Amino acid sequence: MDFNLSEEDLEFKQMAREFAEKRLYPQAEEMDEKAETPKELIKECGELGYLGFTVPEEYGGMGFSSTAFAGVLEEFSAACAGFGILLSVHCSLCCEIIKLFGDKDTKKKYLPPMATGEKIGSYCLTEPNMGTDLSAIATTAENKGDHYLLNGTKTFVTNGGLASVLIVFAKTNPDEGHRGLSCFIVDKDLDGISVGKPETKCGIKASDTREINFADVKVPKENLLGEEGNGFRMAVTILNSGRIGVSFQAIGIAQSALNEAIKYSKERKQFGKPLAAFQALQFKMAEMATRIDASRLLAYRAAQLKDAGKPCHRETSMSKLFCSQTANFVANEAVQIHGGYGYMKEYAVERYFRDARVTEIYEGTSEAHLMVISKDLLKD
Amino acid sequence: MLQKKHHEYREKIRAFALEKIEPLAKSIDEEQRFPTEQIKPLTEMGLMSMVIPEEYGGKPIDTISYSIAVEELSRVCGSTGITIAAHNSLGALPIVKFGNNDQKMKYLPRAAKGELISFGLTEPEAGSDAGGTKSMAIRDGDDWIINGSKCFITSASHAMATIATARTSDKPEEKDITSFILEKGWEGYSVGKKENKIGLRGSDTASLHFDDLRISDEYRIGKIGEGFKQMLITLDGGRISIGAMALGLAQGALDCALKYAADHKQFGKPIIFSQAIQNKIADMETEIEGARLMIYDCSERKDAGIPFSRHSAMCKLYASEVGRRAAHSAMGILGDIGYYTGPYPAERIWRDVKLCEIGEGTSEIQRLVIARDLLRSLKQT
Repeated sequence: MDFNLSEEDLEFKQMAREFAEKRLYPQAEEMDEKAETPKELIKECGELGYLGFTVPEEYGGMGFSSTAFAGVLEEFSAACAGFGILLSVHCSLCCEIIKLFGDKDTKKKYLPPMATGEKIGSYCLTEPNMGTDLSAIATTAENKGDHYLLNGTKTFVTNGGLASVLIVFAKTNPDEGHRGLSCFIVDKDLDGISVGKPETKCGIKASDTREINFADVKVPKENLLGEEGNGFRMAVTILNSGRIGVSFQAIGIAQSALNEAIKYSKERKQFGKPLAAFQALQFKMAEMATRIDASRLLAYRAAQLKDAGKPCHRETSMSKLFCSQTANFVANEAVQIHGGYGYMKEYAVERYFRDARVTEIYEGTSEAHLMVISKDLLKD
Repeated sequence: MLQKKHHEYREKIRAFALEKIEPLAKSIDEEQRFPTEQIKPLTEMGLMSMVIPEEYGGKPIDTISYSIAVEELSRVCGSTGITIAAHNSLGALPIVKFGNNDQKMKYLPRAAKGELISFGLTEPEAGSDAGGTKSMAIRDGDDWIINGSKCFITSASHAMATIATARTSDKPEEKDITSFILEKGWEGYSVGKKENKIGLRGSDTASLHFDDLRISDEYRIGKIGEGFKQMLITLDGGRISIGAMALGLAQGALDCALKYAADHKQFGKPIIFSQAIQNKIADMETEIEGARLMIYDCSERKDAGIPFSRHSAMCKLYASEVGRRAAHSAMGILGDIGYYTGPYPAERIWRDVKLCEIGEGTSEIQRLVIARDLLRSLKQT
């Protein structure tokens, strides 16, 4: 497999970097502090096409590949990982699932406003008593003929407050495990939907996370995405894009943390010389850079397999597992290199350290990925 | 190693910590507030005077008991742990060890009654390289005039005084550093803005500025030029308490993870029944016990008068890394909920414990101390 990026992909990455330098880096600290993403930033990204980057052109998007989008996610996350996840959930999960499983009418209705950012998507999967085990989903969607009656609670919903399009997983047959699961597109303005207050998190604070409650919500029949009972298969398919998204988010955080560490180690003098002159720190940075490069290779392999339409569960899992571990390792060492300053909010590494932590937790914990990888290894 | 009295002392401190300290831990972190209301109960428990001799109003206890106290406080609240550790082992101890009788009479009874003392060592340009202190003390007749800035000082705004190091000669040598007691209300002594930290947000960290601060020679601690040596000795002891703090935080992380894993079900059974979670918990417990033994062993050495410089560096290095790993695992075991500042302390512990790998010498400096000590012993044989 050829990991060289096309010239076009590199150009996209460069453009995203320029945008990030102009619009994201300068306000990332403030977005973290205030725990919000400015609306105009979302609007701008919509106008520039970033919110519909992988949406086909016929539905108002840019129609680019996951590989091209990876560079955008990396650069945006390098500046502000909270904004990175907003983008990743909207594009890699919500637009993607509609693109893959929606019929023509559904795509026509939802994708164009999502591609421009007029409507933001949010992915409602996790529940208070359900994380890794999808068969334990307790939200129900009762088939009432012309509509489904939706009841249940979803937690840790990224973009929960911003979104107007909710992708909701619910049991159409509560007696069944996986096979009873279906997926719906739910307009957030329907009666019976209540959105909780923003959750306070350790990091990625700029992203908006909420609990969403559904009480006797009447979802029109045509808003069933795909077929009844097909939700599990759809969730599993879409996980691939989610994992690729988080992989590049993690790489972005790690790269920024390393950049800061390099910069600081050259500026800061102790014992009469720059920190960069000490072997213990030189080797730390060498290790950080090596792991970042290895992560990038794993992640691009996963993205390219996905773009080629090849099976890639194992590869996307490996990528997400390793990239998130790398981000945590690198951010921790970057804080360490900054010493006392790394513990203070004036230095960006403090934020990278908090932001990195979530990459090992969401889109499947590391344990969930080890389960996926080992299952694949050990199958007959 | 542990005697009956140690077990009893732990039970006493544990009960106190659960009753008086734990209920505030979450809110002081969220509000970034120093809990002044805790000072009185902490003082009544003798936790402000653990290193102060009885003749100066203290209730001295052995170092294992001291470690247990810091451990049990940190187990429920890292911020309280560091406030107590810094006051005792960095603030009061240099006066106990190097102060003259007048200085002891003047400050130790107040310290024992709950008036905090801080340790003014770190400077913007002198972190790991504490010998690079830039603050200057210039002799003027019988007085000294002190100028300079200190940063990341624990309890800076609330402490009545600080033990500050300053250069008493233009020469860059370590032997030209001297320490002084400087009181907060004095002209020329000012406290800078509070630091906004990732963790330990209930502890008071700020900078101190000395601007033509004139003091009489009676506030000099020990001999001129002994400040650096005093500081190294102080830090040897201080590292035991940072180790104990990391140990307590690690134990708090394990407490939280274990309870959650036993309650939380996935795939139809509590997650503690999965091997992956069991292994994590087993590793946490094993490493925590290892760190605990190192800390108590080092505490015992200190009390027995055996050199313990290398051991305190080792226990601090190990316990702080164990603490970070334990907090990381706890957060991982809790999954999504572990990342939120919700009902579980795992997230707070994770932020708090990172300081232990940085404060009172980064892990990189501990490794340096350990290797140098080994090299020295090699040369001696």
